[in-house]
Amino acid sequence: MSQDGRHIRLLIGLGAAVLLLLGKIFSLQILNPSYKEDADRNSTIYETIYPTRGVIYDRNGTILVGNKVAYDILVSPREVQAFDTLALATVLDVDVTFIREKLKEYRRRRSAIGFQSVTMLRTVPAETYMRFDEVKYKFPGFRGQVRSIRDYPVNAGGNLLGYVSEVNQAYIDKHPGEYRSGDYAGMTGIEAAREEELRGEKGYHIFLRNSRNQIEQPYKDGTEDKEAIPGKDIVTTIDAALQQYGQELMANKVGSIVAIEPETGEILALVSAPGIDVNMLADIGKYWKEISQNPYKPMYNRAVQASYPPGSVFKLVNGLIGLEEGVLRPEMSYPCHQGYHFGAGHKLGCHVHKSPLNMEESIMMSCNAYYCYVLKNILDQRKFDNVAEGLDHWREMVMSFGFGRKLGSDFPAELSGSIPSSKTYNRAYGRGSWNSTTVISLSIGQGEILATPMHLANLCATIANRGHYFIPHIIKASEGVEIDERFTQPQYTMVDTLHFPKVIKGMWRAVNSGPGMGGTAAIAHVDSLDICGKTGTAQNPRGADNSVFICFAPMDHPKIAIAAYVENGGFGATYAAPIASLMVEQYLKGETSRPWLEERMKEANLMSRVKHD
Amino acid sequence: MTELSQHKRKSIDWALIGVYFLLVLIGWANIFAATHTSEADSILDFSTRAGKQFVWILTALGLAAIILFLLPARLWEGICIPLYGFVLGLLVLVIFVSSNIKGSHSWFSLGPVSFQPAEISKISTSLLLSWWVSQQGFRMTRIRDFLICCAIIGVPMLAIIAESETGSALVYTGFIFVLYRKGLSGWWLGLIGLVIVLFITTLTTSPYWSVVILIGVLVACNAYMQPARFWHRMAICGAAVLVVSLLPSLLEWLSGMVSARMDYLTNRIWVPTAGETGKYFWSFITRIRPLYVILGGAGVAIPLLIYWAYKKKDTFLAVSVAAFVAGVLLVFSTDYIFNNVLQEHQRSRIEVLLGMKEDLAGAGYNVNQSKIAIGSGGLFGKGYLQGTQTTFGFVPEQSTDFIFCTVGEEWGFVGCLVVILLYVFLIVRLIMDAERCRGHFARAYGYCVAACVFMHLFINVGMTIGLMPVIGIPLPLLSYGGSSLWAFTILIFIFLALYRDEKKYF
Repeated sequence: MSQDGRHIRLLIGLGAAVLLLLGKIFSLQILNPSYKEDADRNSTIYETIYPTRGVIYDRNGTILVGNKVAYDILVSPREVQAFDTLALATVLDVDVTFIREKLKEYRRRRSAIGFQSVTMLRTVPAETYMRFDEVKYKFPGFRGQVRSIRDYPVNAGGNLLGYVSEVNQAYIDKHPGEYRSGDYAGMTGIEAAREEELRGEKGYHIFLRNSRNQIEQPYKDGTEDKEAIPGKDIVTTIDAALQQYGQELMANKVGSIVAIEPETGEILALVSAPGIDVNMLADIGKYWKEISQNPYKPMYNRAVQASYPPGSVFKLVNGLIGLEEGVLRPEMSYPCHQGYHFGAGHKLGCHVHKSPLNMEESIMMSCNAYYCYVLKNILDQRKFDNVAEGLDHWREMVMSFGFGRKLGSDFPAELSGSIPSSKTYNRAYGRGSWNSTTVISLSIGQGEILATPMHLANLCATIANRGHYFIPHIIKASEGVEIDERFTQPQYTMVDTLHFPKVIKGMWRAVNSGPGMGGTAAIAHVDSLDICGKTGTAQNPRGADNSVFICFAPMDHPKIAIAAYVENGGFGATYAAPIASLMVEQYLKGETSRPWLEERMKEANLMSRVKHD
Repeated sequence: MTELSQHKRKSIDWALIGVYFLLVLIGWANIFAATHTSEADSILDFSTRAGKQFVWILTALGLAAIILFLLPARLWEGICIPLYGFVLGLLVLVIFVSSNIKGSHSWFSLGPVSFQPAEISKISTSLLLSWWVSQQGFRMTRIRDFLICCAIIGVPMLAIIAESETGSALVYTGFIFVLYRKGLSGWWLGLIGLVIVLFITTLTTSPYWSVVILIGVLVACNAYMQPARFWHRMAICGAAVLVVSLLPSLLEWLSGMVSARMDYLTNRIWVPTAGETGKYFWSFITRIRPLYVILGGAGVAIPLLIYWAYKKKDTFLAVSVAAFVAGVLLVFSTDYIFNNVLQEHQRSRIEVLLGMKEDLAGAGYNVNQSKIAIGSGGLFGKGYLQGTQTTFGFVPEQSTDFIFCTVGEEWGFVGCLVVILLYVFLIVRLIMDAERCRGHFARAYGYCVAACVFMHLFINVGMTIGLMPVIGIPLPLLSYGGSSLWAFTILIFIFLALYRDEKKYF
């Protein structure tokens, strides 16, 4: 075999091998961009700068929710060396098995974690962190990271404010691209409703690091860093003092108070009892079990979520509709013989009061029979072909007061209540098989009517405004925070403004007639405040009647409209009226003049009366 | 011998020395880049690797000067046998006395200095092999001469494998190029290539595919060598294999047809239409199993081929059949070799290389980080000392085995191209100079040096870019480390001395 040219073949082979190398290098360096991205990820570390969350103020500038410093304990599993587990557990105030479990988990996920740091413990209070910081050198791989958490200077409006907690995977999936594991977000109340404004924007500092995750220096001297943008502050319509006072009055009772400024629709106080103490909000995880196992459901915001029969306060609505429809005139009198008798021996009972009585007196004394006549007259008008048409017309007018639908407040999880229509009764009794007497309990706010305390407060504000209301809302427009324009548009009812003063006169007399005159809400009287109110005693199938009261004051140019609803509280005058009256006095005068009444209300404990699941 | 006229002008090849210098300096600069920290430190700080490398470079240059100017060039041919014996002794000794460095037993530790006899062994093996193939009357085709070549290469290889330095041993396979140049049949090169291909195919796909490739290569070789006799043999073998492999399905089909026909005759139920018959034929084709084909081949084709080879005294055919049988044995024993002969870390590195196992934190970590470093370099690189991957220690062994990453990241494709072309120049220059030598010893030795440099270059760079498994051998002249730098300096400068000495003969 010839040996000539063999060196040429070898050189050709060398050329081929070198081309193979260069080709692969070319594809790595020029054709494939993924390695550059990997390199960036490899060598830079993004340290997230968490923005401070916006502060929540009350209407007078009092801080309801602020921020304070806490620490997260981070760990870089690759840097951890043998350490005294028990000592770390003691310092961090956790169970030693917790640390062991965590370390076991990191070992299992070590390839996923790699050189990263993971959060082992969240929101460690500053005192605990200081203790840890002193002995940190004993625990290589562990470090603390500052984080601000919520702080509640006044104990007002736990339910209202809502809580902030770490997002879970479901939450992250629901808001694609906005959150990452470890972020916090408002979960309920204002924190949830105004999450976008409050949360601010995260920033980051970029550092170069080596493969052992040691930070070497800022990347490009920090020019690529992004500072965190703090969240916007939120000003609420709440009056912190009033809110707090309401919570004190509602202690050991189940129910709600909703106070609205009639001329704006701003919610001054929104109490749901029993509620959540703000101390629990700050560390919701710790109290979560306690809260969720409480049979009285403190998370449940009764003010907007509980639907009750409104009781006698609803007579005001029927009276106004009667006036508008022309079937009622203020001077019309009806008899009441301890109730309204209809059909063969049926009777809708009433208490003892003078008879016959006119409209003002019927409101003042809360006569049931009077409104049976009124409702019957409304439903059985000649202009309607049948009672079904009458009922639907009545329903439409009722709903113009906001009943039977969501008011559209900016408060999350508001419920609509319900107002029956002809369909409701057609389903129950069959078409044509019912008449106005079948539905007669609607006249006094019983039966198939359900409304939330918010609806009642809104009714009160509507009457105070003589025929229109502003959608109740809890956020005030402030710098950088806008509110929807629906909150500034008056919502008119289908009842003419002219008719309202007639009803208001009755409400004034209910409160201000003086003792012995038969006014149901005499207890709510406060000198010079001109409170106008209406009591209600709503039947509760689960025990004692519910105590209901709505009122506004003063009569001219009202400043506050309020609804109080106390479950199993008995007569409207027993609990709801005093509580509402005290609230009005507190708000308008800044102090109360009836310590005996205040004490009685604060100390009353109705919890044993309340039946729960 | 061609171009006799040029021989007269030979002296020291300064171009070769120039490339040597360039590579050493590039290596030094990149070692500094790979190990420097963010604090300003000097390339001459002797506590750092760059500083130490400077010492190694100076001493290497001293060695080079001694070899080139003090020692007589004829010395090397004279001492090659005792040197080989001495180094072999060290190679064996080191197995027993060395400390364990990263699982291998290949380092002598003498106080602060440690060195690897495997590096010197390249020199002694090159010298002895060159001496042997340059003996008067040496013929590669003579089996005894060839086996002695194999022994010269194989014995130190085995010793190095026993030191658990399989990577370094792999370099010795490069001497096959020298043997090729000295007359070894090109078929041997092809054979080794084929073995590697079969090995990889078997591990990544299946032994059956390897057998298919094996058959394909052997058939192609026979077609190339003996086109006259090839086609009718192929036709006969093919037909035989087809019949045998189809036989089981054929029988099955026939029995089905017969039973259906019988069924029809007795019960008058089924009348096969043309379409149905076609469908049956198709299903019968798909019933052919690779196993049948192989059995058919083994049962019919191979005896047939052996018969022909014997009758016609056709050596090539006989060798082909033998190669086939050996190949099949290799393929089916690869699994065994892989799981029982290779060590755990070698196995996992091969698995990662072949994409059989994704383990970026374990065995794949080095390669992945290295690819990221090189890949992030782009066309022009990030600039000297600006590399984030190598500077911050993502790439392990970055100043020694993975020094090429620093080049790739900081100098980009252009830098890689320049460095590789410098090596190509070095190798080509070695080969061309060797070709100009009249002395057989110097010429063979030149090829040995070129082969060593090439093997190191290909394996090392191939490893950093994921073409080769992670085999811990240095990049010649660039990687940090005295043993390696000294060894290649001596290797190259002995050739330069021999080359200059050529001139004195004429």
